[in-house]
Amino acid sequence: MSQFKEITVNGLWKQNPGVVQLLGLCPTLAVTTTVVNGVSLGLATALVMAASNGAVSPVRRFVPNEIRLPVFILVIAALVTVIDLLIHAFAAPLHKVLGIFVPLIVVNCIVLGRVDAFAAKNPPAPAIWDGFIMGIGLTLVLGLLGGMRELLGKGTLFSGLDLALGENFKSVVLTLIPDYQGFLLAALPPGAFLGLGFLIAAHNWLEQRKVSKKPMPSASGTLKPAH
Amino acid sequence: MPETIFKHTTKTAATLVAFAFTFTLLMTVVYQVTKDPIAKSEAEVRINLFHQVIADDRYDNDVLNDTINIPPNSLLGNKQASVVHIARKNGDPVAFILEAVAHDGYSGDIKLLVAINLDGTISGVRVIKHAETPGLGDYIDIVKSNWIKLFDGESLSKTSSANWAVKKDGGHFDYMAGATITPRAVISAVHKALQYFEENKSRLLNASADSKIQQKTSLNEENQI
Repeated sequence: MSQFKEITVNGLWKQNPGVVQLLGLCPTLAVTTTVVNGVSLGLATALVMAASNGAVSPVRRFVPNEIRLPVFILVIAALVTVIDLLIHAFAAPLHKVLGIFVPLIVVNCIVLGRVDAFAAKNPPAPAIWDGFIMGIGLTLVLGLLGGMRELLGKGTLFSGLDLALGENFKSVVLTLIPDYQGFLLAALPPGAFLGLGFLIAAHNWLEQRKVSKKPMPSASGTLKPAH
Repeated sequence: MPETIFKHTTKTAATLVAFAFTFTLLMTVVYQVTKDPIAKSEAEVRINLFHQVIADDRYDNDVLNDTINIPPNSLLGNKQASVVHIARKNGDPVAFILEAVAHDGYSGDIKLLVAINLDGTISGVRVIKHAETPGLGDYIDIVKSNWIKLFDGESLSKTSSANWAVKKDGGHFDYMAGATITPRAVISAVHKALQYFEENKSRLLNASADSKIQQKTSLNEENQI
């Protein structure tokens, strides 16, 4: 049980793929123009990661070391294709929002990273949990970054939720700053880099504060705070 | 020990082939299962677009499948053969729905759907696909603003050639500050689509009459069976 707890803490905080491992920046920066886009892609990634970790872990002993990467990529690409087709067929509105981003998950190195670093060495249950929770950790970062950029760039929050979930959710869309002209920098890719920089800084600051309060860092702590 | 190397290589290759086979099989199955729902949802998306560019009570045919194939044309900006959809009421064409492409947008091609009435006025225009800057040039998309409705009712006779431009360039059309390249591209694409329609109107009408006869013949054949 403690193993699952450790996986959870690692995925959500200590080894968060978005702000610590810094893997998968391509979608992080491209997609996070709104909360809805960020969270949707994050959840799709979590699904792919859980599925690919779950697919690789049971067969890990049959995969010779020399061809493990081609096999993993094959598995991930196939699963992404399958998930893309399923979303397109049975959740068409969501596909309209995520559309071009789903195939991008294949090239997201966080997926291959977790398969190679965790699923190839662990039994299926923890592997699936690791993939899922790492994806959720990424989702949190994508959602936060999307929220920052949407608020600064457009003055709204949750815009596009009605496109993803149906007209009923139109009332959830918040226009926090009415008649806002928009801050273009936040909506453009440089805004994503700057926003991510602030998130990493905040993460490091919180970690450092924790370390300075507690002079003995825990043995499982893998993060080395910056000086 | 050449034998063990040979054995090892064979085993490795066989594993890779087995994985490729298994997952190709998985994808094939999912593709077959999802093929029809996907085709259906794509057709729904297009039908929904047709509803937006032409009023429901103006036509009574299956616009999606009532089409004429046309060769690539520089006025439409398409590089491949495309289809023109015909909207009919009681069998007579009332409007043609063309696909036009603007290559001079800010970022990539802008694909448009332009519905033109028989008298040469525009019934409606919608952007099907674009990659303009979010929050800046994307107001051409109906999801973001009503700008694209400026074209409703426009025609070559109503607005002279020189006025098919944004106000900044001395034209007739409003635009939003900060993004003029995008509306310029859309306005010129719609203008050219109207020119295409004027030049090819008689040909399109003839083709639509032909396709009507074909439809009738095919119906008769079904009746005979």
